[in-house]
Amino acid sequence: MQLTLHVWRQDSPGKAGRHEKYEARDVSEHMSFLEMLDVVNERLTEEGKEPIAFEHDCREGICGTCGMMINGVPHGPKSMTTACQLHMRSFKDGDEIWIEPWRATAFPVLKDLVVDRSGFDRIIQSGGYISVRTGSAPDGNAIPIRKEDADAAFDAATCIGCGACVAACPNASAMLFTAAKVTHLAKMPQGQTERWDRVLGMVETHDAEGFGNCTNHGACQEACPKGISIDYIAQLNRDLIKATLSAKPEESGKDA
Amino acid sequence: MELKSNIPSGPIADKWDNHRFDMKLVNPANKRKYEVIIVGTGLAGASAAATMGELGYNVKVFTFHDSPRRAHSIAAQGGINAAKNYQNDGDSVFRLFYDTIKGGDFRSREANVYRLAQISLNIIDQAVAQGVPFAREYGGLLANRSFGGAQVSRTFYARGQTGQQLLLGSYQALERQIQAGTVQISTRQEMMDVIMVDGVARGIVTRDLVSGKLQSHTADAVVLATGGYSNVFFLSTNAKHCNVTAAWRAHRRGAGFANPCYTQIHPTCIPPSGDYQSKLTLMSESLRNDGRIWVPKDAGDSRPARDIPESERDYYLERIYPSFGNLSPRDIASRRAKEMVDAGHGIGEMKNGVFLDFKDAIARLGQDQISERYGNLFAMYEKITGESPYKQPMRIYPAPHYTMGGLWVDYDLMTTVPGLFAIGEANFSDHGANRLGASALMQGLADGYFVIPLTIGNYLARVSHDSVSDDHAAVRDTEREVTERLDRLMSVNGNRTVDSFHIELGRLMWNACGMERSEAGLRDAIARIPELREEFWRDVRVPGSAADLNQSLEKAGRVADFMEFAEVMCHDALARDESCGAHYRVEHVTDDGEAKRDDENFSHASVWEFQGVGNEPRLHKEELEFENVQLSTRSYK
Amino acid sequence: MRRVATLYRTTVGKKVLMAVSGLILFGFVFTHMLGNLKMLLPPEGGHFAMDVYAEFLREIGYPLVPHQTLLWVARLGLLGAVFIHILSAVQLSQASRAARPQGYAKEESLSLSYASRTMRWGGVILLLFIVYHILHFTTGQAHSSFVAGAVHQNYVAAFQSPLVYLVYLVAQTALCFHLYHGVWSFFQTLGLSHPKYNHLRRPFAVGFALVTFVGFLTPPTLVLAGVIS
Repeated sequence: MQLTLHVWRQDSPGKAGRHEKYEARDVSEHMSFLEMLDVVNERLTEEGKEPIAFEHDCREGICGTCGMMINGVPHGPKSMTTACQLHMRSFKDGDEIWIEPWRATAFPVLKDLVVDRSGFDRIIQSGGYISVRTGSAPDGNAIPIRKEDADAAFDAATCIGCGACVAACPNASAMLFTAAKVTHLAKMPQGQTERWDRVLGMVETHDAEGFGNCTNHGACQEACPKGISIDYIAQLNRDLIKATLSAKPEESGKDA
Repeated sequence: MELKSNIPSGPIADKWDNHRFDMKLVNPANKRKYEVIIVGTGLAGASAAATMGELGYNVKVFTFHDSPRRAHSIAAQGGINAAKNYQNDGDSVFRLFYDTIKGGDFRSREANVYRLAQISLNIIDQAVAQGVPFAREYGGLLANRSFGGAQVSRTFYARGQTGQQLLLGSYQALERQIQAGTVQISTRQEMMDVIMVDGVARGIVTRDLVSGKLQSHTADAVVLATGGYSNVFFLSTNAKHCNVTAAWRAHRRGAGFANPCYTQIHPTCIPPSGDYQSKLTLMSESLRNDGRIWVPKDAGDSRPARDIPESERDYYLERIYPSFGNLSPRDIASRRAKEMVDAGHGIGEMKNGVFLDFKDAIARLGQDQISERYGNLFAMYEKITGESPYKQPMRIYPAPHYTMGGLWVDYDLMTTVPGLFAIGEANFSDHGANRLGASALMQGLADGYFVIPLTIGNYLARVSHDSVSDDHAAVRDTEREVTERLDRLMSVNGNRTVDSFHIELGRLMWNACGMERSEAGLRDAIARIPELREEFWRDVRVPGSAADLNQSLEKAGRVADFMEFAEVMCHDALARDESCGAHYRVEHVTDDGEAKRDDENFSHASVWEFQGVGNEPRLHKEELEFENVQLSTRSYK
Repeated sequence: MRRVATLYRTTVGKKVLMAVSGLILFGFVFTHMLGNLKMLLPPEGGHFAMDVYAEFLREIGYPLVPHQTLLWVARLGLLGAVFIHILSAVQLSQASRAARPQGYAKEESLSLSYASRTMRWGGVILLLFIVYHILHFTTGQAHSSFVAGAVHQNYVAAFQSPLVYLVYLVAQTALCFHLYHGVWSFFQTLGLSHPKYNHLRRPFAVGFALVTFVGFLTPPTLVLAGVIS
């Protein structure tokens, strides 16, 4: 099939960018979206032009490196699918495709479709862990965890940190990302000790990084390639309220 | 080059304990005075950085990703082994040790493997305490499964995303230390070279992938946790950015490279669909539990699977290996598939795969049961191919997956360069000629959490050297060499793209040094690689500028190193004139068509010393001694 | 207090204020709707039920406190809630704009509901409506034949005009959407979430919004249709 691409090109951070038009010829329906871009890039290189910079790595939907707005939808039209796993059979001959980087103050564009997502790491730094010194852990089976809780924690922990939630959110909020980690750790007994400090620290950093607030649109949930639920945002809100308003939250650590 | 493995004395079960007692310790108050550089943030790198930061060392960690969480450990699906014996099925540290040695076809170092089996117990505890959501039973205790043909259930798992969950555990531990200020992280920084001062590794030169700036970082020790080199084949299940550059740069600076020809091929991957194919996707091996592998009996039969009657199908694994059938070991299943495709029985549009058919399993167990077991995998397969495995058989083909070879290290995980360490897939240590399923995660975390944080102290406590200033001649020389190389890449300005060279190299390597190796093929490759390399340096085109985010330049540097590395890989495969584990030389086959080891002549690790580009590397041997296991030959018929 | 300040500093804290003030306003709106249903009752002893009810509201608390005291307390409370509601909305909207100064050239909305996307404009419409509504029925400047205290009569006179009816229909529609997303958001923001009951939150919000919509519009519709006079 033949496609027309409108791709955001920007030389460097802070520089003005523009959309440029490219023809993608002889696209096979079996190609992944990124392979289609690879082919376009090979041709640009042969023509002596700079190829389109975009991020990717594992190309099997788990590393969270790739991500771009494809026709206004993070990772493109197929639900529960990252851009690298999106295949061209989701498009048809003659389609026009708009490709843009994630847009958020907290995700400045570095070049073309590449953005800086280090804000996510700083959110994790401010509490998204369990403090356990290497070697000081008790036996793995010393902490029984109800299967339901372990499964729920796992569901929250499947977040790949790609940033699609921020890209989709009309407020560029990273609440889904933050809530997924808060919930993952709050669902497990190991995570209780630091539960209240964690949620406070992570939300404060979330705001300081310049992410917007959540107004419960639910767009993040629709965009998330891993199907992370906005129910976790409710969990985060509750934990935050408890952490700030209850008299001694540290003593109610066992509360779920 | 001298190979001192520094294996501690004493009975195998006591070696690690004895060694820990014999080690020199760094005074806790002095630890922060020692700077340690860690390159890479996968399971090994992140866990090492977090733990050393915790211990009080001054740690600087580097990754070329935008975040440490992107490392390719994240893609591991199956699980992680540990000799917990929670299932009471007869597992023990010794059994895990024995299985690993045997799985590696008796080409690994006993002492290291025993330590790995011992430490496997602590890894699970550590991960659980960090909040890794392992699968659990209804009683709340950890669940196990049997994996990769093991006779005991010792594999811990988190659905099909064990690597992801373990890496996030290490990543979070690392981020905690970054917040605490004990670890400094630099993201989007690629290591370009090792800085050597008086024969000792004292730092690295990195390139900032956004601004293109080169920067030198000095330290008291350098740890490489930079993964494996499967991408020498271009098409592999590795992430696109996996490369050999860090290890190769270290090799050029004097680190011996051990057993580069040991590369593992995974039998169940989705075959390429066209020339544009950029990588291959693994489908879990567990599919072979219920799927039947077959090809049409007639070469060139291009009818759809459903139109081929039973009588015209060749269930070749069941035919050749009646007792193991479709569950034959990885290397056997892989080679037989290649034979079938080479003989013209390949299926699919490109005739490049074999069928993995669930028709009988669905008839026997019902679609619900199959969906319960493999629903996720079927969905992933359909996402990629557009075909439903419920309705038509999967197409599969083997693909490079993991590399057992790597930088040679001693018992303390130090390379032949003093002060330069290698951990995880980057070293050669524990898997011998073939890695068992669910052992890669175990080794990465053992090295990172429990071995290197101790052994590096043993090194630091023994050396006394001055700090290296930024304008030290060695620092400036190394920086200059890196700059010159980048300038050279930028200035070729030829006609071919970097990828076109990588694809050509990959094809050459896959044919000559992939699943099957022959003397003639290897000799031919050794002759052709330098030609291709020469053409690369004459005709490659790297657009853009070096002072900018330039993905073509990043790739070019890595492919240039693969071009040099490929040669030593072929030399190694040629010199190892036997078949063992994943290394299969067509000249050394048993009457059954199996790999035929030559223990008398090849019971050693081959360690290669760099002699300059284009010169034949020099071979050193570390003889392997087996005091605790009996060498045996496997049979699956 | 320090903790409360911490909460307020976060975006979540501002949303909590939004939710709590919203709950107060929702409580008022719902009670108001119930009160309006008095229009459906026939006059008794020469008095319209609505007028009796209005008188009750004005005199509630008397003689313990002077005339209209509690009414004014309630009015001031509502005013405060409106102020907090709007203030949080403005602050959060500003934060959103700052978080994404540049939009997408091609945008597809993934929001779960139309209501969520229209909260801000819907809120502005409601604010304008409230001003008109007070001038219309409380102070009378916007009413063509206003008689202080004769609530029933003012009500019927107003809704005999299709134009007035239309204004109220638009406002009630906006309110219905606003309530739907507001009620649902209330649960979400205060973390009133439980895997077993979460699927009931949206139907609950829809139910409340619809009951309010129907409750408010039934009497005016009957007036317009000539059933109530």
